[in-house]
Amino acid sequence: MAGGKGKSSSGGRDHPVRAEPQHGSSKTSNQEKAQVTGNESQSGIASTIETVSLVLIAAVAFAIRLFSIVKYESVIHEFDPYFNYRVTQLASEKGVDAFWNFFDDRTWYPLGRVVGGTIYPGLTLTATWIHWFLKAALKLHPVEVKDVCVMIGPLFSSFTAISTYLMVRQIKGRGAGLLAASFVATIPSYISRSVAGSYDNESVAIFALTNTFYLYLKSIDTGSMFWGVAASLSYFYMVSSWGGYTFIINLIPIHALALLIIDKFNWKLYTGYSMFIVNGTVLAMVLPVIGFNAVETSEHFSGFFVLALMNGVALVKYLKRTLTREAYKKAFRLFVTTSVAVMGVVSLAVITFAMTSPTLRWSGRSLSLLDPTYASKYIPIIASVSEHQAPSWSSFVNDLRLAIILMASGIVSCFRPLTAGSLFLVIWGVLSVYFSAVMVRLMLVLAPAACCLAGIAMSDLLEVLCRSYHLAQPKPEDAGRKEDGQARRRGRRRNSGSSQQRGTIPRPLALLGISGAIFALSYHLFHCSFLGGEGYSSPSIILQSRTRDGGVYIFDDYREGYSWLRENTDYDAKVASWWDYGYQTTAMADRTVLVDNNTWNNTHIATVGRAMASPEESAWKQFRALDVDYVFVIFGGLVGYSSDDINKFLWMVRIGGGVYGDIKERDYIGEGYYRIDEKASPVMLNTLMYKLSYYRFAETVGRDGQDRVRNTKFGNPDVKLTYFREAFTSKHWMIRIYEVLEEPLLEQAH
Amino acid sequence: MFKDVMEIAGVFTREYSKTPKLLKITDCFILYAVTLAALQYAYMCAFGSFPYNAFLGGFFCSVGFAILTVCFRMQIDPSQREGANKTGNLERVFADYCVACVFLFFIAISYVG
Repeated sequence: MAGGKGKSSSGGRDHPVRAEPQHGSSKTSNQEKAQVTGNESQSGIASTIETVSLVLIAAVAFAIRLFSIVKYESVIHEFDPYFNYRVTQLASEKGVDAFWNFFDDRTWYPLGRVVGGTIYPGLTLTATWIHWFLKAALKLHPVEVKDVCVMIGPLFSSFTAISTYLMVRQIKGRGAGLLAASFVATIPSYISRSVAGSYDNESVAIFALTNTFYLYLKSIDTGSMFWGVAASLSYFYMVSSWGGYTFIINLIPIHALALLIIDKFNWKLYTGYSMFIVNGTVLAMVLPVIGFNAVETSEHFSGFFVLALMNGVALVKYLKRTLTREAYKKAFRLFVTTSVAVMGVVSLAVITFAMTSPTLRWSGRSLSLLDPTYASKYIPIIASVSEHQAPSWSSFVNDLRLAIILMASGIVSCFRPLTAGSLFLVIWGVLSVYFSAVMVRLMLVLAPAACCLAGIAMSDLLEVLCRSYHLAQPKPEDAGRKEDGQARRRGRRRNSGSSQQRGTIPRPLALLGISGAIFALSYHLFHCSFLGGEGYSSPSIILQSRTRDGGVYIFDDYREGYSWLRENTDYDAKVASWWDYGYQTTAMADRTVLVDNNTWNNTHIATVGRAMASPEESAWKQFRALDVDYVFVIFGGLVGYSSDDINKFLWMVRIGGGVYGDIKERDYIGEGYYRIDEKASPVMLNTLMYKLSYYRFAETVGRDGQDRVRNTKFGNPDVKLTYFREAFTSKHWMIRIYEVLEEPLLEQAH
Repeated sequence: MFKDVMEIAGVFTREYSKTPKLLKITDCFILYAVTLAALQYAYMCAFGSFPYNAFLGGFFCSVGFAILTVCFRMQIDPSQREGANKTGNLERVFADYCVACVFLFFIAISYVG
C-alpha cells in the first residue's frame, strides 16, 4: 500500500514536467503531433505515464479506504447503511420487483413504511446488479451481498477519481486533471463517507455528481447532442441515488445564466443545456421518490426559468441575424415597449401564484440551507442530526487540508482564461463553500470542487516552476541576459521568445519551489492516509480503544445486544428505542421497531421521545398502548462512551415537546445547565430514560461512583423499577434492554 | 404601431425566403412541435390536468422535440457555422439528432400509460 501511494503521487507530480498542460482539451494528441513533429515519441511516453498514473491513482483511491477492514473487519458501518443493506438483501433474494413493491411492516409500528416509493434506489440497485453480475455472469459463488455492499464505497471512489480526471482535463488540460484526480482520491472529507463498509447513498452519489458535471461540460464544449443525452443519463443516476441532486439542478442553471450574462451564449451551450434540462427532468420524474416534484417544487424551477430565457436569447439572436438593421431596431423598440407591459402583468401573476400555491413551498431541508437558522427555529428533528450542524473551522482544515489552501489560487487561475468550464468550477467552488458552511454533511459537495481547483492551482504552479527550470537549463547565463534585455524593452517587442520568457523565475528558486511542492504533496498524502486510517475507519458499531501496553481493546456491545434480541425474544416482539438505532435493530436484531432513521413521521418520533421523558408509570402506559415488548437504551456511563442516550436526551425532550405540550425543556434543566448529578431537576431524575440508564449502576461503581461520560456523580443511586424488568445488559453496559411488564410488580416483591 | 409590425413582418418574410430548403423544413417541424405543446397546454388550462402524467409526457415530448429540432437546426445552419465548426458533417449531426429523439420518445412513452 505504501508503495502504491508513493508511486501515484509521483506520477501526478511528474506529469507536468513532461507534457505542458494544454488549455482546451479537445486538442489532445492530434495537435501535439502537428505542433512538434519530433516530439511524437515523447508524447507517446507522456500518455503512457498518464494512463499508468491514472490507474495508480484509482488503485490508491480504492486501497486507502480499506483501513476499516484491516483494523476492524468487513462489516457494514453506522446507521443508514444497515437499512440499505437490508433492502439490498431483499432485492437480491426476491428480485427487483419485490424491491419496488416493498412495504416494510417491521418498522414504524403500527404504521409501516412504503419503502419502494420513498427510497432513492440507485445505491441498492447498483449493489444488487453488481452482485448478480458477479454471481450469475462470472460464477463467483462465494461472493455475498454483504461483501459487495462493503466494497461499493472504495469502488466508486476509484470511479470518482477517473471522472474527476476527465472533467479537469476537459477544462484545464491533462496535468491539472491528474493532480485533481490524485487530490480527490485521498481527500479525507470524501474518505469519511466512502470507507469500506460505509454503504450509503453518498458513496455512489459523488461519482454520479462528478460524472454528470464532466458529461455536461463535455456537451457544452462540443455541442453534441449525444453527450447531452449521456449527461442527462448520468444525472438520472445521480437523482436516483441521492437527494443532493438538487444541488446539480440549481448549479447548472446558475452557470448557464452566468454565461448568458457575460454574453458567452452559443449554439453549443444551447444544445448542452436544453438537452440536459428537458431529458433530465423527464427522466427524474420516472422515479417514484421524485415523481411530480420535478415540475412542481421550487427547487427545480430555476432550470426552467433559464431554459425559457435561453430560448428568448436564441430567438433574439436569430432575428438580429435575419432581419435588416433598421427592421431589427424597430422590432427591438416594439419588443421592449410591449414586453415591459406584458412582463409586469405576468410576473405579478407568477408571484401571486407562487405565494398562494401550497405545492410551491420549499422543503424544510432546502430552507434550512438557504436560511441557516431555519432548522433550529422550526424543525428540531432536522437540527438534532449531527451531520446537519454547521461545521467547525478545524474540520475544514482537517478534512480538506492542502485542497482548501490551494482552492483560492485555483479560483484565480480559473480566470486566466475564463472559459465555460473554468467558470463552472468557480461557481461550483464558491457555492459549495457556502453550503458546506451551513451543513457539515455538504462538505462532501465541496470536497470534489476543492480538489479540482487545487489540482488546477498546483498544476499551474508546477508548470511555471518546471518551465523556468527547463528554459534556464541550456544556457543559464544566456537566459539571464535575455531577461535583462527584455526588462529594458518591456512592452515594446512581443515575439514568441518573450512570451515564453514571461512569468519565469530564476532556476534555483524554481528548484526550491519544485521541491517545496513535492514536500507539500507528500505531507498532504501522509496526513490523508493517517486520517483515513485513524479517524474515519471506525464502523461505530464496534469501538476500539488503546490499552496502556499498546494493545487494542474492542467494545462489541452493540452486536452483543442485538444478537441477544435476535436469539431470545419472540420474532414479532416490538422493540422501542430512540430513532438512531431503528435501522440497526431491524437489520441486526430482526425485530419490529417503532421509529427509525428515516424520520418521515415526526409525530411518531415525538411519541417515543415523550415516553422516554415521562415518569415510569406514564411511560409504561404509553409503551403498552403501542404494544411495546422491549425497550432499550444506550448507556455510556461505565466506559465513557459519549454518544449515549443521556447525552441525546435533550433532543428527545425538544422533539417530544414540539408535538406534545406537556413536555417542557426547562423542566429537565437542573441548576444552571443540563445535568444528572444531585443538582439535576427532580423531573429529570424521575424520567424513564434516567431510570433505565442508571438502574443498578450503583451496584457496579458504588454509591459514590462516577458517570465517566459526564464526569460527575449521578443523582439518584437507588433507582427502583416497577413496570420494567431488566432483561439484558451488555458487557460494558453500553446497551441495556428492559422488558415491558404486563402487570406492574408489587413493591414488596421487588 | 401596426404599420411597424407589418413592415417588420414584410422584411422578415423577404429575408426568410433566402434560407435553404432544408432549414425551412426543419422550421416547419419546430413550429409544429411548438403548436402541439401550446395546444396541450391550452387544453390543460381549459379542461384540467386530469391524467397528469399523460399531460406531462405529451407536453415534455413536444417541448423536447421542439428544442431538439432547434439544436439540430443550429448545427446545420451554414450561416451560423464559423471557424472550426465547419468540419462537423451533416450525417453525424443527423445521427445524433435521431439518437436523442428516440431517447426522448422512449422515456416519454413511459408516461402515457
